[in-house]
Amino acid sequence: MSVPLTLLGLLERGPSHGYDLKRDYDAYFGQGRPLRYSQVYATLSRLARDGKAVAGPAEQGAGPERRRYIITDEGVADVEKWLAEPAPPEPDLHSELFAKVVLALMLGKQAGNYLDVQRAAHLQRMRELTEFKRQGSPLDVLLADHALYRLEADLRWIDHTAARLDMIARTVQGQS
Amino acid sequence: MTPDRGAAGHGAAGQTRGTPEKLIEAVDLSLSFGSTPALRGASLGVAKGEIVAVMGPSGSGKSTLLHCLAGILVPSSGEVHFNGMRLDRLSDDKRSALRRDRFGFVFQSGQLVPELTAEENVALPLLLSGMRRGPAMTAARTWFPTLGLDGLETRRSGELSGGQAQRVALARGLVAQPEVLFADEPTGALDSMSGELVMNLLVSAVREQGATVVLVTHDARVAAYADREVVVRDGTVGTLTGAKP
Repeated sequence: MSVPLTLLGLLERGPSHGYDLKRDYDAYFGQGRPLRYSQVYATLSRLARDGKAVAGPAEQGAGPERRRYIITDEGVADVEKWLAEPAPPEPDLHSELFAKVVLALMLGKQAGNYLDVQRAAHLQRMRELTEFKRQGSPLDVLLADHALYRLEADLRWIDHTAARLDMIARTVQGQS
Repeated sequence: MTPDRGAAGHGAAGQTRGTPEKLIEAVDLSLSFGSTPALRGASLGVAKGEIVAVMGPSGSGKSTLLHCLAGILVPSSGEVHFNGMRLDRLSDDKRSALRRDRFGFVFQSGQLVPELTAEENVALPLLLSGMRRGPAMTAARTWFPTLGLDGLETRRSGELSGGQAQRVALARGLVAQPEVLFADEPTGALDSMSGELVMNLLVSAVREQGATVVLVTHDARVAAYADREVVVRDGTVGTLTGAKP
């Protein structure tokens, strides 16, 4: 999963401090592996350097200096493009699929369209593997079956998620 | 059976419907059962020799669409074209003849005739088309080794496993060399190994015959045997990528 694009996606909700972005990232996408602060600020600096976000003025307070980051139009376009394109249909995709659905809903975008595009990519890969099986040796069949069952599991998750998008959207938008 | 190419051109202005490129086509079909709409403007074109999987959740209208394409049901509005003919405008008798002579069918649970032997079940479409019993049985028997059913010719459906019965049903669907095979959840009642065997045999046989297949399934592993898939949702047909169904 792309940490920079996920942080950029979180930033699209509105200007945020690095601290808030880390908190939300860890809550939604960390899955027991929280980001380090240094990683968050290094990523935000790179996003600012590349024109995807800009750092606001330093805010004085009792603690260390803080800045809000604001996404640029270029950053918004990058998030849009990333959310719309299917991830390569390979095993262990769950974190990226999950992140794209949650972020799309958080940003009020059509997560259903993304799921359809992903479903098409999965089915295309399943077609290729099925043809490979039909032409292949018993060992090829064994290998292809493993990938097919994993992809099928993803597809079931996609179907279940698509059927529950409204409910998930209410949860995600209520929390963000 | 040579496709009739002479009667094309019944479609919307500027388009030719039901040409050999699109052997069978549904255009803007609607059909309700009582007050419940099953199809709401469903459109789908299937090219000659193509295997198309029709997917969608339960109750979405995918089987109703198959029944309209096959002339089993007539839509309340819209058009069904087969090889240049307006199938939905044919009389009941002509649609029956079309189904018998040019279409084949495989359903979820075989639906073999229990009183007949396996080979008689396979021969049934040929007998109904008027072929004499001898040649019909000979033609039916050629399918048994192909489908791994050697030695089961004289068994009745109650003496066959689910997978064997479904392979007999597949042979029955293909024995008359139909131009279009309509398969409605053909592996729905089978375990995954038997289902895979049936799908492998189905694809090999229809490729060899050059038949077109409309395959209704909710199973992605079955749909993966098709050339492409369309999705029926709430009685309309879409593709996952936004392309024309």
